[in-house]
Amino acid sequence: MKQFRSMTYPYVLWISVMIIVPMLLIVLYAFTVSGNDVLTFQFTLENFHRFITDSVFRAVLWRSLLIAVITTLICVLLGYPIAYIIAQMGEHANTVMILLITMPTWVNMLVRTYAWMGILQDEGVLNSLLGVFGIGPVQMIHTSFAVILGMVYNFIPFMILQIHTSLAKMDKSLLNAANDLGANPVQAFLRVTLPLSVPGIISGITLVFLPAVSSFFIPKLLGGGQYVLVGNIIETQFLTTGDWNFGSAISMIMALIIMLSMYLTRKVDVSAASNGKE
Amino acid sequence: MKKKSSLLSRIVLVLTLLFFYLPILYIIVFSFNDSRSLTKFSGFSLRWYEKMFADPTMMEAVMYTVIVAVLATAISTIVGTITAIGLSKSRRAVQLLVERVNDLPVMNPDIVTAISLLMFFSVLAVRKGLGTMLLAHIMFCIPYVMLSITPKLRSLDPNLIDAALDLGATPFQALTRVIVPQIRPGIISGALIAFTMSFDDFVISYFTTGNGVNNISILVYTMSKRVNPSINALSTIVILLITLTLGIVNIVPVLREKWSAKNQPVK
Repeated sequence: MKQFRSMTYPYVLWISVMIIVPMLLIVLYAFTVSGNDVLTFQFTLENFHRFITDSVFRAVLWRSLLIAVITTLICVLLGYPIAYIIAQMGEHANTVMILLITMPTWVNMLVRTYAWMGILQDEGVLNSLLGVFGIGPVQMIHTSFAVILGMVYNFIPFMILQIHTSLAKMDKSLLNAANDLGANPVQAFLRVTLPLSVPGIISGITLVFLPAVSSFFIPKLLGGGQYVLVGNIIETQFLTTGDWNFGSAISMIMALIIMLSMYLTRKVDVSAASNGKE
Repeated sequence: MKKKSSLLSRIVLVLTLLFFYLPILYIIVFSFNDSRSLTKFSGFSLRWYEKMFADPTMMEAVMYTVIVAVLATAISTIVGTITAIGLSKSRRAVQLLVERVNDLPVMNPDIVTAISLLMFFSVLAVRKGLGTMLLAHIMFCIPYVMLSITPKLRSLDPNLIDAALDLGATPFQALTRVIVPQIRPGIISGALIAFTMSFDDFVISYFTTGNGVNNISILVYTMSKRVNPSINALSTIVILLITLTLGIVNIVPVLREKWSAKNQPVK
């Protein structure tokens, strides 16, 4: 059977060239001076220093994190009840609902975000609807509301699916046991169902928070040209300004923040799991 | 009490579906709009469909999207399958190494993977275009293919291969006649994931393409600055194709089951 081992060699070579080398390039550029050839590195921390000391960039990073946190919170608060209701349904209805929720995600994200651009316009569908009730027109496009809406729309299916999976896996007899032992439905939910669905919430959070922090086409399309998140700065550095060194440093900072937040979320998961055991 | 809560559940579900399908309905309705407006529907027409088919950049984008998705799916499925099988027989250290490296494009934000490839291609002075975009797609598709095949390989009985070899099969025969048929569901779902990932990709394509080679996502992004209802027409066709494909994927197994049940004599 050892003869099969050699089947991995081409791929090991491939990932060294196509994944590891490009990732190392980010690190290399982040720590070197701009305008130099790659072969004459001059190491520096200036790129990081520039990002951290510049109040404009700091504000952008702060806003990106805030938007991502708000998006994630809304996805949990809306996604949980939806997933819960679906999990309570019969087997057939359950499958149909999950299919109905998955289907829109198969349509290109750009296209769906583009559609929201039209819906949220001042003369758009939503404002005409509000007009019927004598409200508005309310400016929605090019606001944080539009950006958050676009993010929630695009990412909440991941949350619903993750929570649903953990709820569907749950042993239903546990609820009967809780009931027999005198727990009311609210207690049963808080003490049994909710703790058991924490892993689903956690993986949902990572699946929403990560793309929300780094997204750059949602702010561009729904927030307008003036609305800048950290992804937009990276795009500008690489495609307009051409400052790869600074762009790499920003990407590294973003990747580090994401890794740190994932690590912290997992820690919450572990402590929640151990609490459940007590 | 029970009735009331189920009514509330129904309302929540209806609102959820309305939220999810509103943009999609919107695209379809406005693709038939008579005027350029994205907010007022002034009458039915097919002019944006005509415009779309007459627009060479749009047709090219569709062609490039399909070419890249088909090639990336085929290559990443084959390479991913071969590697996953080889890996299941490799030492634990090698398995861990490959898994960790595979995690990089999966766990990192797309934009980070995208700029790493942009710099990589530029440093090597490779002309960016269809080739670089295809390489990038293969790179991010393989880990997903492997992720869907590896669990199937883990649950495979290792004695199966020994049995095949003892019965005189060459290693190649054992591979193609024993292992591959056993893990076929994993290979198929891996290929499906790869195809949709490639077909819908925007961020990585946007940073790794060049020389006027666009896919549908890049086209929507660059065209979104000015109003262009042909995008709605194109999207409507894509939505139709996806719905059809999903319908077929979900209905065919049911039909096949019924058909085979009908043809099998009752025991």
